[in-house]
Amino acid sequence: MSEYAIPNSLGDALDLIATGEWRVLAGGTDVYPLHVGSVIRDNVLDISRIGSLTGIAKNDNFWRIGALTTWTDVIQADLPSAFDGLKQAAREVGGEQIQNAGTVAGNICNASPAADGVPPLLTLDAVVELNSTTGVRDMPLSTFIHGNRQTAIRPDELMTAIKIPCARDGARTRFLKLGARKYLVISIVIVSTLVDVSASGTIQEAHVAVGSCSAVAQRLSDLERALVGQPASINPSSIIERRHLSFLSPIDDIRATAEFRLDAAEELIRRALTDCLRGI
Amino acid sequence: MAKPSRQDRSAVDRSTQFELGHVTVEFHVNDNPVSVIASPVDRLTSVLREHLGLTGTKIGCDAGDCGACTVILDDLAVCACMVPVGRLSGRAVTTVEGLQEQDGALNRLQGSFLHHGAAQCGICIPGMLVSATALLNCNPKPSEQEVEDALGGVLCRCTGYRKIVRAVMAASEFAEPEVIAEKGCATGARIRRIDGVPKVTGTDVFGSDEVPADSLKLRVIRSPYPRARFSFGDLKKFVDCHPGIVRVFTASDIPGENRFGVIPQFCDQPVFAEEETRFRGEAVAAIVGQAEAIADFDDNDFPVTWTELKAVLCTDKAQANGAPLVHASRDGNILTGGLVRRGELESGFAESGVIVEGDYETGFIEHAYIEPEAGFARRVDDRIEVQACTQSAYMDRDAIAQILGLDESDVRIIITAVGGGFGSKLDLSVQPFVALAAWHLNQPVSMTYSRPESIRSTTKRHPSNIECRIGAGKDGKLTAMEFFAVFNTGAYASWGPTVADRVPVHASGPYFIPAYKARSLAVHTNCPPSGAFRGFGVPQSAIAQETLFDELADHLRIDRLEFRIRNALENGMATGTGQVFESGVGFKKCLLALKPHWDGLCARAATLNENSNGNKRRGVGVAGVWYGCGNTSLPNPSTIRVGITADGRVVLFQGAADIGQGANTVITQICADAAGIDIALFGLVQGDTYRTPDAGKTSASRQTFVSGKAAYLAGKTLRRKILEAAAAPDAAELILAKGQIIVEHAGARNTLILSKSPVDDDGFVFTGEGTYDPPIVPLDENGQGAPYAQFGYGAHLVEVEVDTGTGVVKVLNVVAAHDVGRAINPTLVEGQVEGGVAQGIGMALMEEFIPGVSENLHDYLIPTFGDVPNIETIIIEEPDPHGPFGAKGLGEHVMVPTAPAILNAICHATGARIRKIPATPDRVLQAFLSV
Repeated sequence: MSEYAIPNSLGDALDLIATGEWRVLAGGTDVYPLHVGSVIRDNVLDISRIGSLTGIAKNDNFWRIGALTTWTDVIQADLPSAFDGLKQAAREVGGEQIQNAGTVAGNICNASPAADGVPPLLTLDAVVELNSTTGVRDMPLSTFIHGNRQTAIRPDELMTAIKIPCARDGARTRFLKLGARKYLVISIVIVSTLVDVSASGTIQEAHVAVGSCSAVAQRLSDLERALVGQPASINPSSIIERRHLSFLSPIDDIRATAEFRLDAAEELIRRALTDCLRGI
Repeated sequence: MAKPSRQDRSAVDRSTQFELGHVTVEFHVNDNPVSVIASPVDRLTSVLREHLGLTGTKIGCDAGDCGACTVILDDLAVCACMVPVGRLSGRAVTTVEGLQEQDGALNRLQGSFLHHGAAQCGICIPGMLVSATALLNCNPKPSEQEVEDALGGVLCRCTGYRKIVRAVMAASEFAEPEVIAEKGCATGARIRRIDGVPKVTGTDVFGSDEVPADSLKLRVIRSPYPRARFSFGDLKKFVDCHPGIVRVFTASDIPGENRFGVIPQFCDQPVFAEEETRFRGEAVAAIVGQAEAIADFDDNDFPVTWTELKAVLCTDKAQANGAPLVHASRDGNILTGGLVRRGELESGFAESGVIVEGDYETGFIEHAYIEPEAGFARRVDDRIEVQACTQSAYMDRDAIAQILGLDESDVRIIITAVGGGFGSKLDLSVQPFVALAAWHLNQPVSMTYSRPESIRSTTKRHPSNIECRIGAGKDGKLTAMEFFAVFNTGAYASWGPTVADRVPVHASGPYFIPAYKARSLAVHTNCPPSGAFRGFGVPQSAIAQETLFDELADHLRIDRLEFRIRNALENGMATGTGQVFESGVGFKKCLLALKPHWDGLCARAATLNENSNGNKRRGVGVAGVWYGCGNTSLPNPSTIRVGITADGRVVLFQGAADIGQGANTVITQICADAAGIDIALFGLVQGDTYRTPDAGKTSASRQTFVSGKAAYLAGKTLRRKILEAAAAPDAAELILAKGQIIVEHAGARNTLILSKSPVDDDGFVFTGEGTYDPPIVPLDENGQGAPYAQFGYGAHLVEVEVDTGTGVVKVLNVVAAHDVGRAINPTLVEGQVEGGVAQGIGMALMEEFIPGVSENLHDYLIPTFGDVPNIETIIIEEPDPHGPFGAKGLGEHVMVPTAPAILNAICHATGARIRKIPATPDRVLQAFLSV
């Protein structure tokens, strides 16, 4: 018999999830659309009342985004420039109704190849915090998502937070999304970039992530290496080569062709890096 | 790995935990405490609507894709369809029903919506109003961008959004008095929609908003394959094993004919397939039972075995030798074809200095109204009553009578408010299922399509493959045009014959072409039935014709607008069917009205492109439209009745379905002025086959023209009878007040005391009935004749910006000139134009339905707030000799020129000619890179 539980504390939630199979319900923006014309038959663990999962806070050397943090919370939070890209992504998730309900952690756990939140979080070297009655473990986001709708979370675990190192708070970031309409649109290509320039005007850190162009959003490490050490005045076009996109494996679908996705990704990378280097 | 913190483990409250049965949840709705007993995972939408009777919150998709169900939860706008009721304890919900002032008056926002004409069909309006309220609560004077961002999650298919944006921006200081039309001046006045108040208060009754309390629910079992044989298991045992399920219905339960269709000679669609299904989504059975049992039912539990068969999914394959026949009686899978031929084609092309040609391809387009099909039926003795959202009460009546084997007089159809139709609600959807079940069970039965079911099973715009060749002389005058379109008409006839007939008449556009030959073919496939969709194939054909015109103009080095002006059809010129209009052809005026805008925007594009060093290129495009109002070469009468009661009320029996376009308002405006009676005194009785005479279907841009003319005649008849009773001349003035009519002329007064006058069986002292059927001459074997009594005309100018790095096209400006003969209500005219333009933008840039794939509103994309720019409407009034007060139809004209104008603008900006729509970023970029 299916159950519905709405615990007030994380401890209770973990006790529950340790036993039996549960579908975790936070913002509801992925769970309900899966049940159009049908009822939810799973056991539902509604985590919306767990106060310790809310809020964005800075700890000693990382930012902690609680698992119940919505896109609207991200938009409204006072955060350093490194989060500009994530905020830009937040504004392009669905429409305002979705931003008010949907959570950043849910976006990750849903593991869609087109998740808007994943590329900016990859550029921020985000780590996910997974909690269970047996303990807490941190895992880099880059290894957490295994494939389309597949993650490393165990059935007895709850994602409780996303942690972002403070080391690059001052970096510039940019998020660009290409879709066939303005609002409420599933991305055809997503590009997120982070650039940290030293006082002497040299690129000391460059992160580039691309979504919707492979089963899991990818960092383009070859391109990142090619950018590091270059002067900030450089035109990114002179660095970017098609081989840098070789990690990507886009598909043809109803939204676009695979070939287009690569072309558009390259173009958006160029633009996003240019924006970061020019101070946007 | 670390242990969970002590703090977390020591939390005091033990989890609330309960079974997925029912729980009691107490919360506040619109400041009132409520307590509901529901499953905790039930959506807030269903709890509001079904438990609390608050049906103002609409369900469009149940997936967060449309925003129609937006409510304010505490202080944030959210989609109620994704809120589990189990988490609501102690929280506060605001719905559209909570927006009015304490005294029940409309609040400023609602008043602003009505004043600005922001509500058309009204189905999205609760979501719009609630989203806007959340915005205005923290930002009373929002910018245009802020309004778009806040409301961007709510889809509208009717309005094109701009009037909604203006209404929200003006709301906080809105104090405009209601526009009041003086007696005799109702036509031409920007009065509010007569049916507008319920649309902004959430009280309008749409298809799913009114269900009898004792009603059973129905669920249709549909084919998962495009073509399949099937057999049922033990249906009796199935019912016995499923508590709450009362009965299964299949083809064998149909007392009459298992067949329906909109055109009698092509009536071919079964209510339930009998041995073989012809498209994915076709019904084979229905289960009826208690609401919960039906909602909980898993379709996979239904005892049916499928054997997938080889299907044909495109017209090429369907026409190939040896292709499986969709209907055994239709050789080569050909449903029908059309032909219009005039002049000598060979010599026409021989005289052409320039000939251009092209092949074009368009896909299925989904109507995507925000209201899925819904309704209920009940048996009353040996009669059946069906209340549903439909575009055509009388066609539904005749079809249900045929299916149930009843006399037409024993079928009553009641039209609810229709949350968008655009052609698809002309065909039956829920009606035969609920009627059949209610008939057999003698208990009310209701159903509402889910969004995927709606998209999967209802009609679509015809995909087309078009070959077109056009020639012109060195003088820039058109000489010849040859056109051939193959339409994918899907599994059943629906309106395929209409598309095949209408397109060859219209494919020339409103231009004079001495030699003309246009053919069409409607080909069956195992796809959903293609039917009626705003324009009946003309939006597809206009793309070929209007984009080739640009190529001709470019070859001839003639300005593209000038080329159209030079070839524009005028009074006294023969159309492709040889029809000659002596008056009323206002096309050239539309083109000339665009000229100043054209010159300005072309100059701006040239300057910007010259100075552009980036990826953004501007372009400007233009395209024209003509559109015949009413059925093609066929009779299509309308009847409207009006009466004055003994207590002095004026009752208009207005059976034309108002699907948002404004028939209720426009037809009343016409009748009021024809009768010479103050429109404020009019009350409406709307579509009900037991009360309103047959005003025909809401289709073919015919209601303002045909039903409007009937209303005009009804009003005139009413007036004549009153004048006769008062022995007064036609110039007399009628003053209705306090149960009497004062007939005044030249200082003389004659007072008719209504309460002392004899009344007819319906309680009326005076009545007037008008019937109008436009005069036509049927087309002969060469397509020669006078297929329509009236055409309307228009032209759109579009400015776009193309991102040549990504292929993204942004429409920046639209100027739309339309010859409407007489604008009965200019606000409603603008509303039609803006909504049509929005659908044209969707068609050009993003819309394509792929059966089995885009069966929801996040894979099937329609334009959002951010995709429709400012639209300037220029109203041209070249009176039509037949139309009421000179008025012409408009509903379909408005979407025809937008898509070709956009494609022309893309080409102007980049040189890329797009011949396959939608022009998605990948197609635009590819076309640009191959220039």
